[in-house]
Amino acid sequence: MLFWFLAPIMVAAALGVLVVRKAVHAALLLAVVMISLAVLYAALDAPFLFAVQIIVYTGAILMLFLFVVMLVGVDASDSVVETIRGQRVMAIVGGVLLGLVLVLAIGQISLGAVVGMNEANAGGNVQALANVIFSDYVFAFEVTSGLLITAALGAMVLAHRERTTPKPGQAEYAAQRMRDYAATGKHLGPLPSPGVYARSNAVDAAALLPDGTTAESSISRVLAARGTVRSVTGLTDDIDEVQRQLGISMKDQPEGGGKTGAPANTVEDENQDSNQDSNQDWGQIDDEGRGKPT
Amino acid sequence: MNEYIILSAILFSIGAIGVLVRRNALVVFMCVELMLNSCNLALVTFAKQHGNLDGQVAAFFVMVVAAAEVVIGLAIIMTIFRSRRSASVDDASLLKY
Repeated sequence: MLFWFLAPIMVAAALGVLVVRKAVHAALLLAVVMISLAVLYAALDAPFLFAVQIIVYTGAILMLFLFVVMLVGVDASDSVVETIRGQRVMAIVGGVLLGLVLVLAIGQISLGAVVGMNEANAGGNVQALANVIFSDYVFAFEVTSGLLITAALGAMVLAHRERTTPKPGQAEYAAQRMRDYAATGKHLGPLPSPGVYARSNAVDAAALLPDGTTAESSISRVLAARGTVRSVTGLTDDIDEVQRQLGISMKDQPEGGGKTGAPANTVEDENQDSNQDSNQDWGQIDDEGRGKPT
Repeated sequence: MNEYIILSAILFSIGAIGVLVRRNALVVFMCVELMLNSCNLALVTFAKQHGNLDGQVAAFFVMVVAAAEVVIGLAIIMTIFRSRRSASVDDASLLKY
């Protein structure tokens, strides 16, 4: 029962690994397959392998995959260009043929009566496995430890990068700044912070300079490269909209709200019946705010 | 128990197709993992079929070797990416010339 529930999920997720464009999605679909496999192990009376599958495969290996996907670039998607003509079609045909032959061959045979793990797991699965590993397979087990140490060393050697120049410290950075200042007049201090406005103090809005232009250096270069920088002139439209909703104009502000301002009259008239008794200023803000979520 | 073996065969073929079809080295590697996993399923199934633990021990060793292989493989992919700025298997073709 469990098998017939999990098997379609696993096959679908495995097929998904084949077709999704992004490596992150492939990794997550692979996680689905591996967790389902762990459940199948539990159903096959292998509780130790169930735990190891979850801890080692989904916990360690897939997380390692995700780490590398982050380092290599999340959107490093496949190219669709075929370097060998017809290779993709041939691969799919060959793979489907392989699968068909395997499935048909296995369908032909009968495995006979299932012995089951009751006898083998009599003293507990983990104890029984330990008995086998530390008697029959003890040499393979020892060799495995050598393999793991070699793999750890190899990963360190491969990931290591020799530094060809000495690492610059704070003193070197400060000296470089002074040299830049002497050479090009580049500002000595830190970069300007992004703009803080009435409707936005996010890092994607540039600061305004006194002459009305925006300071490009106040936004992160990454945001600029992605093109997600918000335009400050768009924000002024927002401000105009807020002022229109409040029924005030700039020159009315010092007098305190839009109660007496001439442009406010129309708005006030519209809301007259609903806000009769309440404080009109605040009531209007509430009303308009609810009506127009921005 | 036939159905478990058939599922294992299907997953193995899907992994094999993925290794041949995908161009991203990371996804190719994931498909290799899928093939290893499907073999583990067959091993565990046969362990239950025959009622002894050798299959489970073999699956355990496959997992250990797969862990070591992933560490080295990902380190190699990282190194290639560092020098070529690409994770595509087509770009690592210097030995061809």
